[in-house]
Amino acid sequence: MIQELTSRLKLNFPAQIIPRYSCFRRGSMFILVLGLLVGSLMPLGGASGSPGSGTGQDECKKNNGDEKNGNKTTKKSFPVLSLNYENVRLPFEISLWVLLASLMKLGFHLMPRLSSIVPESCLLIVVGLLVGGLIKLVGKAPPVLESNIFFFYLLPPIILDAGYFLPIRQFTENLGTILMFAVVGTLWNAFFVGGLLYGVCQLEGTNLAGVNLLSCLLFGSVISAVDPVAVLAVFEEIHINELLHILVFGESLLNDAVTVVLYHLFEEFTNAGTITVTDGFLGIVCFLVVSLGGIVVGAIYGILAAFTSRFTSHTRVIEPLFIFVYSYMAYLSAEVFHLSGIMALIACGAVMRPYVEANISHKSHTTIKYFLKMWSSVSDTLIFIFLGVSTVAGPHEWNWIFVVATLVFCLVARVLGVIGLTFVINKFRIVKLTSKDQFIIAYGGLRGAIAFSLVYLLNPKHFPMRNMFLTAIITVIFFTVFVQGMTIRPLVDLLAVKKKQETKRSINEEIHTQFLDHLLTGIEDICGHYGHHHWKDKLNRFNKKYVKKCLIAGERSKEPQLIAFYHKMEMKQAIELVESGGGSKLPSAMPSTVSMQNIQPKKPPQDRALPQLSKAREEEIRKILRTNLQRTRQRLRSYNRHTLIADPFEDGLDEILIKRKKMKELEKKMNNYLTVPAPPADSPSVARARLASDPQAWGLKSVTEIPTIKVELVSPQNPESVKVVDEFSKKGSQPKGSEEEGGLTMRVPSSEKQRKDKTPDEEPQPRFMRCLSDPGPAAEDEDEDEPFLP
Amino acid sequence: MGSTNSTLLKIPNVEVLMQETGLKLVAEENCLNVSPAHIIRLHDRFKALDKEGRGHLCPHDFGAIKELAMNPIGDRIIGAFFSPGKETVDFHTFVKILAHFRPVDKDRPKEPNSPEPINSRSNKLKFAFQLYDQDKDGKISRDELLQVLRAMLGMQVTDEQLESIADRTIQEADLDRDDTISFEEFRKSLEKINIDHKMSIRFLR
Repeated sequence: MIQELTSRLKLNFPAQIIPRYSCFRRGSMFILVLGLLVGSLMPLGGASGSPGSGTGQDECKKNNGDEKNGNKTTKKSFPVLSLNYENVRLPFEISLWVLLASLMKLGFHLMPRLSSIVPESCLLIVVGLLVGGLIKLVGKAPPVLESNIFFFYLLPPIILDAGYFLPIRQFTENLGTILMFAVVGTLWNAFFVGGLLYGVCQLEGTNLAGVNLLSCLLFGSVISAVDPVAVLAVFEEIHINELLHILVFGESLLNDAVTVVLYHLFEEFTNAGTITVTDGFLGIVCFLVVSLGGIVVGAIYGILAAFTSRFTSHTRVIEPLFIFVYSYMAYLSAEVFHLSGIMALIACGAVMRPYVEANISHKSHTTIKYFLKMWSSVSDTLIFIFLGVSTVAGPHEWNWIFVVATLVFCLVARVLGVIGLTFVINKFRIVKLTSKDQFIIAYGGLRGAIAFSLVYLLNPKHFPMRNMFLTAIITVIFFTVFVQGMTIRPLVDLLAVKKKQETKRSINEEIHTQFLDHLLTGIEDICGHYGHHHWKDKLNRFNKKYVKKCLIAGERSKEPQLIAFYHKMEMKQAIELVESGGGSKLPSAMPSTVSMQNIQPKKPPQDRALPQLSKAREEEIRKILRTNLQRTRQRLRSYNRHTLIADPFEDGLDEILIKRKKMKELEKKMNNYLTVPAPPADSPSVARARLASDPQAWGLKSVTEIPTIKVELVSPQNPESVKVVDEFSKKGSQPKGSEEEGGLTMRVPSSEKQRKDKTPDEEPQPRFMRCLSDPGPAAEDEDEDEPFLP
Repeated sequence: MGSTNSTLLKIPNVEVLMQETGLKLVAEENCLNVSPAHIIRLHDRFKALDKEGRGHLCPHDFGAIKELAMNPIGDRIIGAFFSPGKETVDFHTFVKILAHFRPVDKDRPKEPNSPEPINSRSNKLKFAFQLYDQDKDGKISRDELLQVLRAMLGMQVTDEQLESIADRTIQEADLDRDDTISFEEFRKSLEKINIDHKMSIRFLR
């Protein structure tokens, strides 16, 4: 059967693989791969727990049957090659699905025209439909999105990713608005839709009289919740301004508590039969318990994680594991008590982040970031594909009136809810929401897989109309994802909604923002008004005084936020300079315990003072590096630029060019400016490049005896290539202050050979080397000592 | 409203004050806003701070607010209330300074020749700028910046670090390369920040 299908598929392709345009070729290769994958998937049935498992066994029995027959008749000779698929079936299928999802994602990005029009989620659902259709063609029952799998394996990575990287400042600033939308908005939606649907069901001629009020309300509560997965998937691509993003996204996260409570409430009531006022009151109490309990559980695990990370300085490798496991435990613990798992996860991620980031190494930070993105990406893809497959598979009961009514009521409820709530909210907001904002908020209310899974969980005995609900929900999901998802981008452009500002914060903004915070706190104190700033200030003080000491290891606990920010900025600038190949110096600062710079008095205004290092400083540097950096070499030599973690997502080209220009200007002026007393010229330092893919290495030399610091760098691949830079054309290469970042190491091995070979007078072309190291195995000790010269 | 009338009599030039600052005297006819009018509240606060009942405030009256003492720039804020040379703050000035922090009225009609309202974005920024610029020469010099940084960061950082931060700050903001930050440069460096939101207190709406 496999051969039949694949040959059928293959037959179609040779015609297409006539390369005219590369995207055709890519597209067709992609489809071929898809076909092969699907072809191999089909006889294996679907994922675990599905009705396909029975048929899979049939297949295997057929496969094993031959063997058995052989056993009965003759004495079987030793099986050189045997087939035992049953053992590996489960992991095999799971891996195949994950592979399919990843290949899909890959494929879409190979077809840029398509992915710019259609959001990824739509394409994935279509793929799911196709796969489901193919499976059905073959005669097997396609797998359905099991609620357990969804809630325990697919949803947590996405939520953790969202929670860990939640922009806290904007979130807390708009918390009131977000809560209004999440709680009141969802309640309004639920009762509006549920109530009106009940009304429709009571109408004559709809054959829907079997649907009672509670079922309708339950259905309403499930379908009214905005889905974080869908919102993330769509909003990620349109780069809308941060306020709207956080409003819709925050709403989608926080309405989970409401949904959980309403769902359980109505489910219980359906079983119980009668509702009393106490039940209603208990429902409200339940809501508070669910949401606050979830947050408390999450916060506890977050603090535990932060505390654990304080002691991981010797076992850096498993740091990410702690983060993931604690967060997952928070989610599961909340689920045990029927609390809101999503809120627990968000609280855990948000609470632990500032402390954990101060404690863990830079490599771990990168690892966590990439793992989270990877998992959430795969989950996201799988969810949408499974939605498509489940649509084909699921038992459907199409009822025109019910479905259309659901759709219409959902849309109307959303619009009315947003308008009404904004009217009330704007009375309390300083920055009001315009009607454009309201439109986007209303339009961005996408429904997704959570609603589907919740309905799927319903017991058909208590809810005989479950299939109808499923059909209606799938229709609404399809509509919101396809229609709203596809049209939101052109609408955003049409309405000229403000987009996300791409630039980073400058140090000016940071300083002034802190200054203004203090100012506003002071003014509030003068007014005697305990407002937003007052409480924020109190929290910050408490944080600094007690919490940070507890949860952050070592000296980082005392580092003020501004300094941490400044370090980060310096680092980023260093990376940019490295990548743009420009610049010869960086203004840098040491952390609180060591100061390495004596800034020379300024001469002409454009000249930058250059640091000078004494022996005492050298010792301090060594001490710091030993304690804080991963690996250091004892010989300190000056280095002129750090090659550091490059975050390819962050840097803009213009900024780099401007900085490069500026640095070149400064360089020229610096060339004749010697600050270091000239001891005998020592060996130039050579930074070694260990690049993951493109080895381009240049040597870095400084002629005078200046401390250099050997540090080992970690970095992911940097897409920009490094150019050779003509650095110092004179012997006056300046000592640089070294910069240190906890957990960051940079390797600059020096070469003995070079020292002997070259005389101090020689001015070899100073070149520039970039150190990177794989997060992977590569690394370490053996290679370091060899200077690597191109 | 009876209390309003009697308090009104005690506040001199109350209409002028209202005009200049835009603060309200009567409660809005709005079911959602039933708090007493702003000027009345501020007047009550003024009287609470003025413990000796002199009718004006001295620096040590402000110093008695203990949270303000903990504020790193508390003394600068207090200093902003007192115009140069004067030792006391009367209610009029008190209210005028605080009026800087009213939220901006977006729907005010823009009269062409009227002076900018005291709580406009530009005036808010000017107020903040003056807190930096203690010698009032219209520019923030490197030393002034260092003082502010030292005040905000306390003793945890070394001089060299502060200096490099200050250098960096000036380098970023200084467009005409005179090594100081003028008001225009200050304004420009903050253009992305929502000052209307950041420098507003809801209390004074």
